[in-house]
Amino acid sequence: MPVLGKKFRPPEAFDQAINGYYQLLPSRFVRLDGKRYLLSNDVGEFLVVGRGQLADYIQKKVPKGSDFYHDLKSKCFLVDGDSNVALDLLALKYRTKARRISQFTALHIFVVSLRCDYTCRYCQVSRQTDDKHAFDMSEATADKALGLVFKSPSPTIKIEFQGGEPLLNFSLIRYIVANATAENIRHKKNLQFVITTNLSLLTDEMLSFCSSHGIFLSTSLDGPEQLHNANRPRPGMDGHKLTVEGIKKAQTALGRDKIGALMTTTEKSLPAARAIIDAYLENGLDSIFLRPLSPYGFAVKTRQAYKYDVDRWFEFYKEGLDYILEINRQGHRFVELYTELVVNKLLSPFSTGYVDLQSPSGAGISAIVYNYDGDVYASDEARMLAEMGDKAFRLGNVHDDGYEDIMLSDTLLDMLESTLSESIPMCTDCGFLPYCGTDPVYHHATQGDMVGNKALSGFCGKNMKIFRHVVLLLEDDPEARETLLGWVRP
Amino acid sequence: MIRLHSKNNGVLGGLLHRHPFIAKLTDNPGLPKALRPRQALLVSDHEAPITEGFGLVLVAHDNGTPAVDNAVRLAPELRYLKGHDVIKFSPDTLKIDVLYRKEANAHSFLVTERCNSFCIMCSQPPRDTDDRYLVGDMLAALPLLHPDTREIGITGGEPTLWGEDFIRLVQASKNHLPNTGLHILSNGRNFKDVSLAVRLANVGHPDLMVGIPLYADYSQLHDFIVQADDAFDDTIRGILNLKRCRVPVEIRIVIHQQNYRRLPKLAEFITRNLLFVDHVALMGLEVMGFAKSNLKSLWIDPYDFRDELRVAVQTLADAKLRVSIYNTPLCVIPEPVRRYAVRSISDWKNDYLEACGCCSAKRQCGGFFSSNLGTASGHIKPFPAGFVP
Ligand code: SF4
Ligand code: SF4
Repeated sequence: MPVLGKKFRPPEAFDQAINGYYQLLPSRFVRLDGKRYLLSNDVGEFLVVGRGQLADYIQKKVPKGSDFYHDLKSKCFLVDGDSNVALDLLALKYRTKARRISQFTALHIFVVSLRCDYTCRYCQVSRQTDDKHAFDMSEATADKALGLVFKSPSPTIKIEFQGGEPLLNFSLIRYIVANATAENIRHKKNLQFVITTNLSLLTDEMLSFCSSHGIFLSTSLDGPEQLHNANRPRPGMDGHKLTVEGIKKAQTALGRDKIGALMTTTEKSLPAARAIIDAYLENGLDSIFLRPLSPYGFAVKTRQAYKYDVDRWFEFYKEGLDYILEINRQGHRFVELYTELVVNKLLSPFSTGYVDLQSPSGAGISAIVYNYDGDVYASDEARMLAEMGDKAFRLGNVHDDGYEDIMLSDTLLDMLESTLSESIPMCTDCGFLPYCGTDPVYHHATQGDMVGNKALSGFCGKNMKIFRHVVLLLEDDPEARETLLGWVRP
Repeated sequence: MIRLHSKNNGVLGGLLHRHPFIAKLTDNPGLPKALRPRQALLVSDHEAPITEGFGLVLVAHDNGTPAVDNAVRLAPELRYLKGHDVIKFSPDTLKIDVLYRKEANAHSFLVTERCNSFCIMCSQPPRDTDDRYLVGDMLAALPLLHPDTREIGITGGEPTLWGEDFIRLVQASKNHLPNTGLHILSNGRNFKDVSLAVRLANVGHPDLMVGIPLYADYSQLHDFIVQADDAFDDTIRGILNLKRCRVPVEIRIVIHQQNYRRLPKLAEFITRNLLFVDHVALMGLEVMGFAKSNLKSLWIDPYDFRDELRVAVQTLADAKLRVSIYNTPLCVIPEPVRRYAVRSISDWKNDYLEACGCCSAKRQCGGFFSSNLGTASGHIKPFPAGFVP
């Protein structure tokens, strides 16, 4: 009890909450381990609490004046008679988190060719052979698609060229870049271009075009030579060599920040987490995305996707992340991108643009795909599914449908309605909801239903494990915490 | 410590003033006659010529008596005054208040002593008096300030208590000093009424900042520290309203015994709820006013809150907030956050300890409030020669 002059009133005099009475604000919880729970609210603020604390909180027995009481209050888990500004703050934070929804589609994927020079066993897009020009996007289709791109209200527009191998139709890439840039003089958007390519066909001329238009490159690197070539067979088995050379050339010509690589996980990758990460380090890359194999394209036909389950993949992820944290401890900044997303979801007041971790799902409204034939899909996975004959997520065709037809199509609206985590069984009560999302295409492909039973869902299983792991790292491992905090981008 | 007020002045010639006289000082006896009645001639030595017609002649030496009207012998403690400074002379008490020193590193106008809070560590304890003349003083002084002045401040008390007059002060600052920043110290509570925030924004001052204190991350503690119910809610709503109107806001956190423990939580609260503010200043206690009388309940050696300070500053900086540490000696700030320390104490009340004499970081260090020399940290440790902090 402080000693203040007579003119001053003591702390108790300023507590207007009667008998320590408080009201709960909306929140959810989920078990972390044998003793602890994650308590979270709608805007993603959280506390890690013991079982007793959780029970006290819910039964309104948290002693007034205790640190726990103040923590709950400071993070908008309760309001009492002394203050109700938490409601204003929650509203503001909710709007901040949801702002991206109003900005609408930022990522526009153009499948400029379905042809590919590789013969990957797990290829998620059914490939076509080199000479079938029928599988290239035409200028007329590109024109129509660009018309739709600039209808999006998003202040940032990212056009991503995909394939097949998009470099096989580079003349169309030039055409689209030129027209989009010209069109953007009027729209004044933050316009970016990315080419997702295996780099094997990359010429100096292409590089200088990329350089003069600030185009980013994204490639695939599955790990060391043997693993990469086993995963990604190319006639001649020189895929790894070409990719590594391409990365180096691009780093020199465009700058290190202009080229990134993605990996795909196969059964062969599972024991090789460290070697894969080392391959990224050796090639001067600053980040890696430890991805699970998705159940589409040839991966399903060859049953690759079922050869390992979530648990085995998670061991791989954990080993990889441990190694990455060790690398950071040794003084080299290297980021695992999925973890970075999760940490940002946990610790930043803003949302991330990641399609799969949004409610409603970002498919169609955050990202949209224009296929080579003009068909419009809600996501890249939706397009892969269509190549296998299931067009459940086809939103229309650029030649037949206008922007409103596509954006207000029953397919898209139904999908949005079924991907509001807040109303999905299990998710609605899950403490991880503010950080999670839902993937309608995945659940449709695996369970024949966009919502899906989360108890059987590999998507849910994977994310729960990752969320638990990341939260406990932040809680229990001060060194890891410091590294992870450094990944938050406000 | 530099004295800003003195009654220790003497009448030398016929005093024609009946009312307080606010004037700019000049050391140019040859000033065009038309300009002289509104200015005060500063006479620094007995050889300097004295001309007729000045509104006031301030004799800053003790030799001889000039034969002009309105001549006053300047108190020895005010003889640092120079041309371009602005003073207020009160003929009934012979008091001179220094309103502006061109050389100062901070120019603040106290516009009221009244306040709607009653902070336990207030360095300028509120008084319920009729001090509207302070508004008039500032309005009179503004046109006399040198146009190159980098920044001026409005403080109190609580300046917004003046309502429309408060807006007038901001408008006048903009009109007379369009290139000068304006820093307002307010507890922010009156901005819970969005119309005041709108009126302030509508002035369109090009370089404005409202500094608003926030002492805790939950209401009971903040309200206790400012001794006012609902102050936390009012202040938060005030900050939100100001930012809604795009008025720049600085959050000011004075650290003391009552709130240092939750400093990291307060930092987290700010990054989660108020990330859009423009600056956060974490400040050591100034042992003046109530802080002096309540010292037992307030004082904590900055060395003893160094961990909390480090975590709080890092949290704020990681969130890309602009953050500064004020009023804290460099040698007790933990190394990782030392670069956020700013020399913030106004020059007239800024001092150093004897031990600081041999410190190689003295020039970068903000030192102490003159009033704090008696309660300095027990961990002051001069940096060795050649040390670059
Ligand atoms: S998918 Fe699983 S982890 Fe995600 S919110 Fe739903 S129940 Fe929770
Ligand atoms: S010893 Fe140096 S750093 Fe410490 S207070 Fe004195 S001048 Fe500042």
